Amino acid sequence: MATIEIQNLVKKYDDGFPAVNDVSLDIADGEFVILVGPSGCGKSTLLRMIVGLEDITEGELLIDGKRVNEVAPRDRNLSMVFQNYALYPHLTVYENIAFPMRLSKNKLPEEELEQRVRRASRMLGLDEHLERKPGNLSGGQRQRVAMGRAIVRNADAFLFDEPLSNLDAKLRGQMRTQIAQLQRQLGITSVYVTHDQTEAMTLGDRVAVLKKGRLQQVASPRELYEQPVNLFVAGFIGSPSMNFLPAREAEGRLETPIGTLEVPEGVLAAARGKDLVLLGVRPEYFEDMEFVDEALVPHGSRLTATPSHTEWLGNEQYGYIGYEKDPQVAQVLDELAKDLDQDELPPQVVVTLNSASRIRGGTEAQLWVDTRKIHVFDVGTGENLTRDAEKGAELTRQAGEDRARELAAAAETAEAATAGE
Amino acid sequence: MLAAPAFLVMIAVTVYPIVQAFFDSLFSYRLTAPDERAFVGLGNYGVLLSDALFWRGLGVTVLITVVTVAVELVLGFLLALVMHNAATRLRGLLRTAILVPYGTITVVSAFAWFFAFDINTGFINSWFSWLPGIDETFNWFGSAAPALVVIMASEIWKTTPFISLLLLAGLAQVPGELTEAARVDGGTRWEVTRRVVLPNMKAAIMVAVLFRALDAFRIFDNVFIMTNGAYGTEVLSLLAYRTSIGRLEIGMGSAISVVLFLCVIGIAVLAIRGFRVDLASGEGR
Amino acid sequence: MKGLTGKQKLGWTVITIVVLLWALGPLLSILMTSFKASGDLNTGNFLPTNVVLDNYREIFAGSAQELFLPALRNSIGITLIATAIAVVLATLCAYAIARLDFPGKRLVLVSALGVSMFPVISIVTPLFNLWRTIGLYDTWPGLIIPYLSLTLPISIYTLAAYFQQIPWDLERAAQVDGATTFEAFRKVIVPLAMPGVFTTAIIAFFIAWNDFVYGISLTSTAGARPVPAALAFFTGASQFEEPTGAISAAAIIVTIPIVIIVVLFQRQIVSGLTQGAVKG
Repeated sequence: MATIEIQNLVKKYDDGFPAVNDVSLDIADGEFVILVGPSGCGKSTLLRMIVGLEDITEGELLIDGKRVNEVAPRDRNLSMVFQNYALYPHLTVYENIAFPMRLSKNKLPEEELEQRVRRASRMLGLDEHLERKPGNLSGGQRQRVAMGRAIVRNADAFLFDEPLSNLDAKLRGQMRTQIAQLQRQLGITSVYVTHDQTEAMTLGDRVAVLKKGRLQQVASPRELYEQPVNLFVAGFIGSPSMNFLPAREAEGRLETPIGTLEVPEGVLAAARGKDLVLLGVRPEYFEDMEFVDEALVPHGSRLTATPSHTEWLGNEQYGYIGYEKDPQVAQVLDELAKDLDQDELPPQVVVTLNSASRIRGGTEAQLWVDTRKIHVFDVGTGENLTRDAEKGAELTRQAGEDRARELAAAAETAEAATAGE
Repeated sequence: MLAAPAFLVMIAVTVYPIVQAFFDSLFSYRLTAPDERAFVGLGNYGVLLSDALFWRGLGVTVLITVVTVAVELVLGFLLALVMHNAATRLRGLLRTAILVPYGTITVVSAFAWFFAFDINTGFINSWFSWLPGIDETFNWFGSAAPALVVIMASEIWKTTPFISLLLLAGLAQVPGELTEAARVDGGTRWEVTRRVVLPNMKAAIMVAVLFRALDAFRIFDNVFIMTNGAYGTEVLSLLAYRTSIGRLEIGMGSAISVVLFLCVIGIAVLAIRGFRVDLASGEGR
Repeated sequence: MKGLTGKQKLGWTVITIVVLLWALGPLLSILMTSFKASGDLNTGNFLPTNVVLDNYREIFAGSAQELFLPALRNSIGITLIATAIAVVLATLCAYAIARLDFPGKRLVLVSALGVSMFPVISIVTPLFNLWRTIGLYDTWPGLIIPYLSLTLPISIYTLAAYFQQIPWDLERAAQVDGATTFEAFRKVIVPLAMPGVFTTAIIAFFIAWNDFVYGISLTSTAGARPVPAALAFFTGASQFEEPTGAISAAAIIVTIPIVIIVVLFQRQIVSGLTQGAVKG
């Protein structure tokens, strides 16, 4: 068990390009922290710096309060699950899991070693496969062997480098659950790198969002979702992505390319005095007017728009509303698209509709949008002008509490299980 | 049918002669006295196997093979490690440098080493006279042991590059993630190399050993140039050469050739069995 | 270069120097010897007292020229012809192996491997006998044919490995785009295959250039004797004067093309050598 403190870490390559730039992050004992961001944001590099596979150019790295900048990977007592699992092809599953304990550093007596391997294999359901070679295993099984090798060692922390990216979608879901449960069960500090926001949101106690080597925001998934600090985080978290609409304040209302919105005073205040702002509206804030609860109507604003087409997905459907590109924000949005690893952000609004809605492409539709949760972003800096820091902190605090409760419950179950044995 | 010409040529220049050699080896046959050709069955082999000179030649050949291959493996692996870890530009320079010995004619290499160690023309004696046992009058080519040392040194110099390039290719095929995982798992540099890197380049090592062992077993050029087999440095190839080309005893020479051929087959079978690698699967693995 | 510390830089410099000395030392030594005057040979020094070109004059214009010049001509001629034939035959063969599925494909590869392991000396005795009978002894073809046994197997292996990497679908794609079969081959496949063929040629050249056993066994006069064999015969050229200098000079001359090829085509040679072996 350990804490990991990252203090102003910098990684510069020879060309002077900082892959990781002045990142600070404190990871508490037993915490599950996700590093997320588009490719090239430095998340993997940061992880490799923690484990010691990448030199630290500047800054301090402390594990359990001890500075480990120059400590060799083998002496950091961390275990890591690699993207391609890094199973030793010449060893059986059993020997792969036993490998760390065969090395001089963690040498164990044979009985103890066997006991540990068996325990790990039972936990991961690998008992039938112990004598097989990794080459004959399926992706999910390999993934579990890699996990097994990581857990046998009683390492101080687990590091995961996109461990599920090579699995198909269904298996990914299963393994995600397994990793989450395992981490709860063992209560071990974990750092997990991914570019997949579903993994980030479901696994993390806290999620650190990185862009071009810089930390943007560290918070609980809910805080990231509801109180993002800037355009980038807002656009990165959530699927389908948040819509960004250029808006101008006029006579107490906001004019956008898809219509004029009545907004609460808080939102309006953020936009006031600025020539132009970007409104962040999540697709699910929209609804077909037909399906809006009478009581809710006053909290939002009505719109009339013509979707170009709709997509029905069973549980819900998406409508797409195109609008005229605003040259004043084109550059900002293009840049944001590049940061988000997308080709472009098309000038269209995605709206989530009730799956029973009869709205279809090409015909005018009555829509309603919940204006309470709309965010206003500064066009120049991308800063979220409506962010409620206190509310955000409260969300993260709540997440911490939930987490503690969950851990306690897990411990109780485990105790009961041992007592029952 | 495109493959046919190459295949036929290969067979013609190898299978035919070896069959012919086997046939000839059953006769007592000297070119100096062609009329006295007589069938002796396996008689030549009997004579050969009871000849101390043959056993000595075989012994020297095996010694050279074992020592050179062993030394080359170690040196070659070190060199491969150096090249593997070197920055790109430096790697190019190093590869160019080691390709020079690879390309150098064996005879030239033999002369280079011979002249350097020779009691008259060499500089080694005067450079290393501070070592016990070496002075201006030490004749490297006056007895078997030092002569073999120089012969093996020149062989090692010329052929280590080949091994090292094969091993370098093998090293490059070991995924970097594996060594990183082993380092995180707590492996020292040596443990990572021994437990992860080496087992995963078994195929490359096997190919290198096999090719080189067979090659070393055929050693001829260096010995011919440096000592011409004198002072107990005679190897099998040289024995065969001197018997058939030198003394024109085709029958006996053929018998030696056949024995040499069988030895080579034996080594190949042993090596392939030993490593359990399918060499001839034409598709890249 | 990664951001190396001073210590690492020093380490790499030392390693580089050691490797360079080891790789080039023996050649430097014979190069120095080739510059020594005959009286300078036995001093036990590495460097010549005075750099003289006597030895080169000796082999190109002096008494050793009768031995060296024809040998050089033989070596170049025989090696180039043997290389060319091997590459053409191997190209056809490797093309068949990579493209077509035919029974015996495996047999061809296995026998190529087997032939490459053949002890040369085992073939020499019967060939010596046969060549004398049919008159190929001491002729160019008498060497070119056995050289094929050296160069063909490795050429087939190297080329087969190369050809298996060529995306053959391109040929069909070109045909769909409107190229004739021949155009598709010439404009798409040939450019892709050329580097492999070229590399193979270099390696085959090295091997043929290196031969000694066939050279001394199957020749007897300057009519066909290649340089490596001729070098061995320098030894007896004069009873009173050691031929060391002349041999050294000749050795340097035949090594120059090797060094030039290595420097120019380092990358190709390495890929060729390792592809044939590791992929095989």
